[in-house]
Amino acid sequence: MTVDKELWAVRTPASARPITFDSDRCIGCNRCANICQVDVFIPNPEKGKPPVLMWPGECYYCGSCVMVCPRQGAITLNHPLMNRAKFVPSRRPEDDPVC
Amino acid sequence: MNNVYAWPYANEFGQRETVRSDVLVLGGGLAGCFAAIAAARKGRSVALVEKGATERSGSAGSGFDHWESACSNPCSRVTPKEIAEAYIEEQDEYSNGIAHYIECREGYDRLLDLEDFGGKIRDTEGLFRGAEFRDEKTGLLFAYDYTNRFTLRVWGTTFKPALYRELKRLGVRVFDRVEATCLATAGSGGEKRCTGAIGMNTRTGKLMVFEAAATVLAMSRPARIWLFNPDLVGLCEFRPTQSIGSGHAMGWRAGVEFTMMEKSVRGEFSAAGRSFPPYGTGNNHNTWYAATMVDARGVEIPYVDRDGRELKTVSERYRPAPGQKFFLKGGVIDEAKYPYRGPETLDYDELMRRGYKLPFYADLSRMPEMERRAIWGLMVGEEGKTRIPILENYTRRGFDPEKHMLQSYGTGWQSASFLGQERQLFGAPGGIMHDWDLKTNLDGLYAAGDQLFASDCCGFACATGYYAGRKAADSVGGAEREKVDPALIDREEARLYAPMLVRDGMNWRELNMAISKAMQNYCGEFKCDELLNEGLDLLNSYERDSVPLLCCDNPHELMRTHEVLDILEVARLILNACLLRKTSSAPLNFRRTDSDLTDPPQDRAFLTIRQENGKAVGGRKPLRYFGDIETEYIKRNEAYIAERDARYGSR
Ligand SMILES: Cc1cc2nc3c(=O)[nH]c(=O)nc-3n(C[C@H](O)[C@H](O)[C@H](O)COP(=O)(O)OP(=O)(O)OC[C@H]3O[C@@H](n4cnc5c(N)ncnc54)[C@H](O)[C@@H]3O)c2cc1C
Ligand code: SF4
Ligand code: SF4
Repeated sequence: MTVDKELWAVRTPASARPITFDSDRCIGCNRCANICQVDVFIPNPEKGKPPVLMWPGECYYCGSCVMVCPRQGAITLNHPLMNRAKFVPSRRPEDDPVC
Repeated sequence: MNNVYAWPYANEFGQRETVRSDVLVLGGGLAGCFAAIAAARKGRSVALVEKGATERSGSAGSGFDHWESACSNPCSRVTPKEIAEAYIEEQDEYSNGIAHYIECREGYDRLLDLEDFGGKIRDTEGLFRGAEFRDEKTGLLFAYDYTNRFTLRVWGTTFKPALYRELKRLGVRVFDRVEATCLATAGSGGEKRCTGAIGMNTRTGKLMVFEAAATVLAMSRPARIWLFNPDLVGLCEFRPTQSIGSGHAMGWRAGVEFTMMEKSVRGEFSAAGRSFPPYGTGNNHNTWYAATMVDARGVEIPYVDRDGRELKTVSERYRPAPGQKFFLKGGVIDEAKYPYRGPETLDYDELMRRGYKLPFYADLSRMPEMERRAIWGLMVGEEGKTRIPILENYTRRGFDPEKHMLQSYGTGWQSASFLGQERQLFGAPGGIMHDWDLKTNLDGLYAAGDQLFASDCCGFACATGYYAGRKAADSVGGAEREKVDPALIDREEARLYAPMLVRDGMNWRELNMAISKAMQNYCGEFKCDELLNEGLDLLNSYERDSVPLLCCDNPHELMRTHEVLDILEVARLILNACLLRKTSSAPLNFRRTDSDLTDPPQDRAFLTIRQENGKAVGGRKPLRYFGDIETEYIKRNEAYIAERDARYGSR
C-alpha cells in the first residue's frame, strides 16, 4: 500500500516559542534536530541554516538540543512566560519590621 | 514567513523492511538499553527499536540525579531485602516486590557498568571533599539518609550517551525514529507466544517488521489520558511527549495481562497548566531535599522528625530519628508511614496556625556551602530537564543561589494544586503483570522499567532492563524464530496508513482533547459502574465515528495521530480495569460511590486484566504472589550471582 501524494508539513504555531537560533553562530549541522526525541525540527531546506522549529508546542523542554550543539549560543531554550518561576533577594526577618 | 515546507525526508510509504534477531527490544530508554546490553553480552543478536534518538531519549535522556536503592554499594548500611520489604510495606503490598528486589540487589552493578561505559558515578575531582555526604575512600556521594547511604547522587547527564556508545560497541542494531505499533503473536489461549513486532519509521513512513525469538517491552507508561493541552502538548505530562503508553496499547491488543490499571492519582505535575518546570521552583523534595525553606518574611520553616521533634541543624535533616534504623525518600515516597518517615518541614496547616506567611521560598544561601552546591550545580544540573532548562536558564536570568531565594507556589510543596478529576498515572501506577523472569503471560515476551506495574525510578529501570534482557536471552536457546504472519502485516499497514489517505478530516489534537475530557467526566475522582460504562460507550463511539476521520500530511503527524489512537486504547483499558474493582481502595487511590467498602479483605489482591476476542478478562493474584523475595531471587539467579561476584567482587 503506497501513499501517492506529495508530503509536506505546515509549521504549527504555538503560544510559546521554546527554541530560538542565532543564525550568525549556527553552522546548520542539524545535530540539535537529530538528537531531539520529540523530533520537533526539520532540517532547513537551505543548507547551512538553522533547522526549522516545525512543532514548537510539542517541545518537552529537556534541553538536549542545546546540550549537543557544538556552537555556544547558537541555540537557546526559553520557558513559556507563565512558567518562569520568580526569585527575589534573600531576606532575613531582622530586615523586616513586621517580624 | 513561509510556513509550508516540502517534506525533507524520503517518502517510503509502502516499502517494507524485515529485521531478524534473537532478541528484540522495544523502547531505547534506560530499561531498553540495558536489556539490549544484557542480551548482547550473552552473545545474542539484538535489535533495539526507539521512537526518538536513543542517545538522549526517554525520561532520563537529559539526565537524572538520584540513584535509589543502591543497597549493595560498598558504603550501604542496609540490605537489599530490608529496603525492598520496606517498599512493599510502605505501599500496602500493592508493590512490585520482584522488581524492587532486583533493583535493590543488582542496581549498583548497573551503576558500575555505567561507569565502565564512561558515565560518571563518583566525585573523582574531589569537588565535595570533606562533605558529610561523601565517602572519602570511594568518592561516592549520598543523598537523603546520610547514615545508611543507599541513595546515590550521580552525574546522570553522562549516562544515555554512554549507553548508546556501548550498544554500538556491542553491535546492537539500533533503529532510531521507528515507532513500534503492534506485537506479532502466534497460537492462541494459554499457548499464545510473541513472534516479534511491527512498526513504522516516523520520518519516512516505511513499514518495519521485526522477527525475534524473544521480545522485551520497555516503552514506559501511558500519559495524556486525563491531562491534555492542545497548545503545549509537550508540557502536559512529566514524561517525554512521545511516551504515551503505546507499549501498553499494543500489549492490550495482543492479550498481555496488566494489573493495577485502576490506580490513578490526582494530578501532580503538568507544566502546560498549573505546574512550573520540574525542579524549577523552590521546594524541599527530591532534587531539592533538604533545602532550607523560609516564609514571605524570611522566617525559617522548621524541619521536624517523625516524632515532631524540631531539628536544629541542617545535618539532622539527613539522619534517621532516634530509634529509627533508616528512612525512605524518593520518587514514589510521598508521606511515608511512621516506621519509614524521614525529616520533613512542618505540616502546612500547623505553619498557618503559627502565623507563617505565603509565599514560601527555598533559600539555599542559608545552607552550608557543600549542601548548597550539591543542590544547585550538581543535582540541579544532573537531574533530568535541569542542565539547560533550570541551571543555565535561571543563571542567565540572574539567579544566584548565594543571594536569591526561589519561590514555591500554591499552598503545599508541589507548586501546583489540581482538581480531583485531573488525574495522572503517577506514583507507582499500574502496568504489566509478570513472573520472576519478568516474563509476561505470553511466551517469548518480557517487560522492564516503567512499563512494569508499580515501577518508579532509574535504578529500577536499569536493573529490571538488564534482568529482562538476560532472561530473554536465556530463553532463546533452542527457540525457533517464527515468521510474522503476512496477513497481520497487511492489516497493520492498512491501519497505520489510513489517516494519510483521509482529506479534510479531524486533527489528532481534537481527539486527544475529547478523550481527556471524557476521562475527567467518567473516570474522575469518584467512580461507579454507570459512569464507567457511559465512558466506555462514549470512547467506543469515538473509535467508531471519529477515528476514521483522522487525517494527516506526513509521517511525523501520522506518529502523533497513532499516539492518540493508543491513548484511546489505554483509556478503555483503564475503564475496564476500574469496572473490575468493585470496592474502594485507599492504596490504589480508587474511590467508588456505589460501594460502602474500602479495602475489604476479599478485594486486597492484584486484579489482573487482559483482552481476549475483544472482551476484557479479569483475574486475580494474591498480594505477595512473588513469595519470599530473597529466596525466590537466589533460586533463579545462581549463575548471575557467581558471574557478578567474579566481576565486581562478592558482597
Ligand atoms: C524529568 C524526570 C526526572 C527524573 N529523575 C529521576 C531521578 O533523579 N532518579 C530516578 O531514579 N528516576 C527519575 N525519573 C524517573 C526515571 O527517569 C524513569 O523511571 C526511568 O528513566 C524509566 O526508564 P524506562 O526505560 O522504563 O523508560 P524511558 O526512559 O522513558 O524510555 C522509554 C522509551 O521508549 C520509547 N518509546 C515509547 N513508545 C515507543 C514506541 N511505540 N516505539 C518505540 N519506542 C517507544 C521512548 O521514546 C523512550 O525512549 C525522572 C523522570 C523524569 C521524567
Ligand atoms: S528542548 Fe528537548 S524537546 Fe525541545 S527541541 Fe530541544 S531536544 Fe527537542
Ligand atoms: S546543533 Fe547548533 S550549530 Fe548545529 S544546527 Fe543546531 S543550533 Fe545550529
